[in-house]
Amino acid sequence: MKLKATWFDTIIVVIICLISLLVILPFLYIIAVSFSPPGDSMAGNFFIWPKHWTLDAYSYLLNANTFLTSVKNSVIITAMGTVLSLFVSITLAYALSKKFLPGRRIMLLVIFFTMIFHGGMIPNYLVVKNLGLIDSYWAVVLPAASSAFNIMVIRSFFQSLPESLDEAARIDGAGEFRILYSIVLPLSKPIIATFTLFFMVQFWNEFFSAVIYLNDTTRWPIQPLLRQMVAISASNISAEAAVDASLAANLGPNVQNAAILLAMLPIVMVYPFLQKYFAKGAMLGSIKE
Amino acid sequence: MQRALRPKRFHQLWPFYLLAAPGILYFLTFHYIPMTGLILAFKEYSPFKGMMDSPWVGLDNFRQFFGTSDFYMLLKNTLLISLLNLIIYFPFTIFLSLLLNEVRLKVFKRVSQTIVYLPHFLSWVVIYGITISFFGPSGVINHYLGQWFDGNANFLVSNEWFRPLVIFQSIWKDAGWGTIIFLAALAGINPEQYEAAKVDGASRLQSIWHITLPGIKGTIVILLLLRLGSSMDSNFMQIFLMTNSLNLDVSNVFDLFVYHVGLEQFNYSFAITVGMFKSVASLILVLGANYAARLLGEEGIF
Repeated sequence: MKLKATWFDTIIVVIICLISLLVILPFLYIIAVSFSPPGDSMAGNFFIWPKHWTLDAYSYLLNANTFLTSVKNSVIITAMGTVLSLFVSITLAYALSKKFLPGRRIMLLVIFFTMIFHGGMIPNYLVVKNLGLIDSYWAVVLPAASSAFNIMVIRSFFQSLPESLDEAARIDGAGEFRILYSIVLPLSKPIIATFTLFFMVQFWNEFFSAVIYLNDTTRWPIQPLLRQMVAISASNISAEAAVDASLAANLGPNVQNAAILLAMLPIVMVYPFLQKYFAKGAMLGSIKE
Repeated sequence: MQRALRPKRFHQLWPFYLLAAPGILYFLTFHYIPMTGLILAFKEYSPFKGMMDSPWVGLDNFRQFFGTSDFYMLLKNTLLISLLNLIIYFPFTIFLSLLLNEVRLKVFKRVSQTIVYLPHFLSWVVIYGITISFFGPSGVINHYLGQWFDGNANFLVSNEWFRPLVIFQSIWKDAGWGTIIFLAALAGINPEQYEAAKVDGASRLQSIWHITLPGIKGTIVILLLLRLGSSMDSNFMQIFLMTNSLNLDVSNVFDLFVYHVGLEQFNYSFAITVGMFKSVASLILVLGANYAARLLGEEGIF
């Protein structure tokens, strides 16, 4: 089939190009500033192509203890959170995918209800506090371990697997854990990959629970630190002055924008893999039984 | 035959309960136990007496909350942001979906989709950082405003600019991602309809109007109702980052108020009262939206 471009096609392509450009330009600008000496970007004598190149901002950040600690914290939180979330969500979703399980409906109802009603911020805070989790990574990880939405999506995937598989395995004498581990999980690679990426992004981007649950700023992951680093430049915003003094003293626009880039780097790196899976995952979530 | 193969007795079923246990424990601990904390809305919480022994005050907290002008300000700010999202962000997402759907060159479509989905995965802090780089006092926009027009605007610390900026951020971050669900619905439209329309001499604009839009009407209605159902929720992360003492008149929404009163002033009871009002109002809105969807002959959300 040969496509003949009409004026209609042209207009559409032009509009989409403009929108895409609007998405890309901020990235190019951030990159350019991060590679420029601070004086250049403040004078504004370039937009997306630096006049003078320098790696100062990066070498500064990669030598700043506060920054490196926050990256380390983020990596730990992301790893803990991803493993825990996968474990909790897969096991529960698997059990709930079994239609013969007595009590399944009531468990589903209990989970589903959390989608439309919740205690809210302060009761959540009090629970985390009473469990003694303040200032521990668990405070960030545990409350976000799963969600009704995750359970529903993963469960519907398990339900789409043929039941005869388990039954055959049972005849051969396999136990239930073995069936899950050696038969179901290998068949579930697409959904596991989707949710692994999903959880990794979620925990890497985690910000607010760190702010409220981690008073000890040496435990802070990268997002709250980044917020303080950039807020300082927006004058009048009284960032609650906690970024350590040496870091604050050197905060030129190049350092701030380099930090923004480093904070999104893992996401941009997994993005090519993520995008394909996520598009599917999002549609899967929208399909109801 | 089948019956023998399915676990039926407890000694066959316990593995499933064991598998479900961590997840159920999670939901009880981090979703249901907090609900019991709502009881504090009817008490005057005293840290020395604890949750159970703090004195009852009945509906005093609610009376106090509804009696202040804060309540109307919060309601107005929260609903206005939701409303603006509904009339700007939401149609823009549909518009973008229609555009992408009309692209006939597969490669171009894939590349542009990859680009517009990307911001969805960035954290709000990163978005906030980018916003400051552009709209901050020494940001690029103020730089050019100063150079060309001899002026500058306090985007981040003014009442007028808060809402436009927040809506713009939402569009930039999520409009692309939001097209996925519409594109899925669009893919479900029978291509024969387009061919028939073409034979009848319909232009592409006409077929968009008479075939494409009616084809995704169900999806539009459901998503619209879902958004209406969540109008008490603002995007808290976004607002929390964008707010400051100079735009508080327009940026203060229920969630933010709860944060300030509860976690900064440690007035747990009052903060929980406000949070509970929000949760209950949301519940009513969601159930109402679902009921409305059914009335309209759609399947409903649940």
